[in-house]
Amino acid sequence: MKRLDHAEAASRFIASTAHEAFHDQRLWDLRQKRDREAHHIPEWEALRELASAIKEHTLSNLAGYLEAFERNATANGVKVHWARDAAEHNQIVHDILSERSAKTLVKSKSMLTEECDMRPFLEARGIEVIETDLGERIQQLDDEPPSHIVVPAVHKLRGDVSEVFARTLGTEPGNEDVHYLAESQRRTTRPYFLAAEAGMTGANFAVAETGAFVVCTNEGNADLSANLPKLHIASIGIEKLIPRTEHLGVFIRLLSRSALGSPITQYTSHFRSPREGAEMHIVLVDHGRSARLGMADFWPALKCIRCGACMNTCPVYRRSGGLSYGATYSGPIGVIIDPTFDIRKYSNLPFASTLNGSCTSVCPVKINIHEQIYKWRRVMSEKRQLPLVKKATMKAAGQVFGSPRLYRAAISATGMAIEGLPRFAIYNWFNKWGRQREVPDAPEATFRAWYLKNRGGR
Amino acid sequence: MKVGLFIPCYVDAFFPEVGIATLEILERCGLDVAYPLDQTCCGQPMGNSGCQEDAAPAEALFVKNFKEFDYIVGPSGSCVHHIRAHFDAIPQTEEVTKLRAATYELVEFLHDVVKLKAFPWAEFPHKVGLHNSCSTLRALRTASASEIDEPPFSKPMNLLRQVRGIEFVTPARPDECCGFGGTFSVFEEPVSAKMGYDKVNDHARAGAEYIVSADMSCLMHQKGCAERLGVGVKFIHIAQILNGARA
Amino acid sequence: MTTSRDIILNAVRANAPAAVALPHVPSFDEGLPPAAERFRHSLELLGGQFVECSPGTDPDRRIGELFPDARVICSNVPEVSGTRPLRAVRAAAELEDVDVAVVRAAFAVAETGSIFLSEAELGLNALGYLAQHLVALLDPADILGNLHHAYRHPAFATARYAVLMSGPSATADIEGVLIRGAQGVRSLKVLPIPRRG
Repeated sequence: MKRLDHAEAASRFIASTAHEAFHDQRLWDLRQKRDREAHHIPEWEALRELASAIKEHTLSNLAGYLEAFERNATANGVKVHWARDAAEHNQIVHDILSERSAKTLVKSKSMLTEECDMRPFLEARGIEVIETDLGERIQQLDDEPPSHIVVPAVHKLRGDVSEVFARTLGTEPGNEDVHYLAESQRRTTRPYFLAAEAGMTGANFAVAETGAFVVCTNEGNADLSANLPKLHIASIGIEKLIPRTEHLGVFIRLLSRSALGSPITQYTSHFRSPREGAEMHIVLVDHGRSARLGMADFWPALKCIRCGACMNTCPVYRRSGGLSYGATYSGPIGVIIDPTFDIRKYSNLPFASTLNGSCTSVCPVKINIHEQIYKWRRVMSEKRQLPLVKKATMKAAGQVFGSPRLYRAAISATGMAIEGLPRFAIYNWFNKWGRQREVPDAPEATFRAWYLKNRGGR
Repeated sequence: MKVGLFIPCYVDAFFPEVGIATLEILERCGLDVAYPLDQTCCGQPMGNSGCQEDAAPAEALFVKNFKEFDYIVGPSGSCVHHIRAHFDAIPQTEEVTKLRAATYELVEFLHDVVKLKAFPWAEFPHKVGLHNSCSTLRALRTASASEIDEPPFSKPMNLLRQVRGIEFVTPARPDECCGFGGTFSVFEEPVSAKMGYDKVNDHARAGAEYIVSADMSCLMHQKGCAERLGVGVKFIHIAQILNGARA
Repeated sequence: MTTSRDIILNAVRANAPAAVALPHVPSFDEGLPPAAERFRHSLELLGGQFVECSPGTDPDRRIGELFPDARVICSNVPEVSGTRPLRAVRAAAELEDVDVAVVRAAFAVAETGSIFLSEAELGLNALGYLAQHLVALLDPADILGNLHHAYRHPAFATARYAVLMSGPSATADIEGVLIRGAQGVRSLKVLPIPRRG
């Protein structure tokens, strides 16, 4: 699999000035709203610490909690399935649907189903899948993946949405009124809710104590997807477990404040048992999570509650757009998770970061994101996944900086020739630097030369 | 106490005035300061690229040059952060561990160790935007970060406020990264430049005549952006202001 | 035969990090503001409407005043008769033409302006989503201070379906423009009417 070129994709996003400007400002706005909420709650940092500890505890006892969850969910009349990987997940979901001759599936947002690439699998087998979240629906109709885990179409402007809807839903071409467009999606999705044989949701949290799971939305589309059809399937990553209902107090207080700067989502929905005459299925999915649990430096990434706060604060993400990462998970959390899916394809991602650390500061469950990004760089180097130019430059630099003599020869007072570094590295370096910036001037003398002259040297 | 003066490679090569100002402030404090002539680099560029093997020689050389000092002080947050937090390409002997813990960034050193309270020789009658590099802010914690719910504090401000005539302006995004990020500035040039452009424009809009920072690397990047953009903001290292530079 | 379940659980057990203790979660309820006032503030922040009701207000009449053009009113509370009895509804899809649904919240949360509804309060779960507008009666004595208190409520252990509903349906997915009435109800009105008896 070819290495993904984040910088190239980012440059295309930046070139679209109106899109980049909106994207950057909108997500910065969400970051500021998050700050306002955080600063208004005296116990904010204590809540983050609790959330982190609850998750770490759960992950360090995950097998026991998964068994308890399954036991309780089963006692509630829910059928629990286990999927080792994406393929098995898709097969299980398909089998549940086909056994009941379900032909239409309405679903709410689930990054896990994106990760498993479920939609094309089902569609190829004759099942119509309707994304009901407005942002996800826009992306589905535009045949593009979601770019942000909370606001999937944040990289689009109203003109883009108008064009997509006119093309696919038959809305008035050129009508960019946002209320009109949202109402059009409401109007055209309703019939699907009413007629679909099956509904699907993800889950933000799965409570071991009760076997219940929680889905948070603002639109209420998860509630419609789950409460109308007779069949509700929930895809849940095994890392979503938390021990007790009371722990929801901590996580629900943190989730929407971190994601959108609002105290809670409009709908926080708790599913424990199917309605009378209806069926509920849960598919617990591994797909690399158990393996990640065993990675000493990277397992804390499993604490993630999918709030997107790291994306909102990341200055690189805001200017690149989520699609530039080429993966289901983008931004800072994507950088530390995606290499586990394909180390070569995503070998550049740990370098799509300035290591500024803002992500770690906003993460509600205190994942040490920027530290993990740093560690992934070492992994890439050790596993020989660095581009040749970078590897050669570092090798040469290492030699120059390891020798006072070579260093002094390289830093000449008069020319900044930076001799000693390979020609292609210098060329590459100054060409890239100089594309949009002035190169610093060479001073009369280096500091060392000045010191020798003015302090006699010691 | 013996202080070893650590001058990062790019300061040595491009901004010697920052090194001079750093040395002079430490001398004003009456300290016994020496500059090891054979120093090169702390190893950060290689370390940040994950290339431990390539960082080892520079790190070993750093230890050789600085092991005799009680304190090692350098005018660079990112380099000092590397030394204190990463610097592990070489065996972590007691000597290495001690050296790493004794390495300070200039503002930290003046504020916490020397506890320098006044700068009577300093005057800087200009509107100044303070840029806290991500290394000093979130790693070395020389000031409070806007993401964290904590009481505000700022060591660089505490020092700069003692300078006569200085006036502060605040950009809309006071602690967003400026986009230098070391090799990021070259390998992710499009995003780096955009971040730099946004940063200098933000300070310019706030009315800054100068942007000051404890990290010359950030300033080198921002200066390069400002000059290409034609934005008239000037750049100066905090050492220069504290040492009495008038402009 | 090793099932996927076995494989996953074995892998999880084998890879478990060093044990971390489960922390105790306090209630963070010192110095909470007066509940009713705080609830109203939070509800309105999230787009809900708090309808002042003087003592002795007849909710049936009040709702008629609030929705003079409503043709189909479906109520799950004894205080309001409505136009279509819920017990007569066979399939949830029949609720598609409901203009106003009326329920009583089991309790509410001041911190977030949320009302708690389960199948008991909704009658048919879909009622709270298919109706164009939702009216919720709420006894002010049922307002809890914060989410920590809410999540200790026994209803979470017994309800098949439970929602903390905080304002009407909303989205800002297109250019950050706030839309109320995305897919669910277009408005949520809360009437502070104490329980009967």
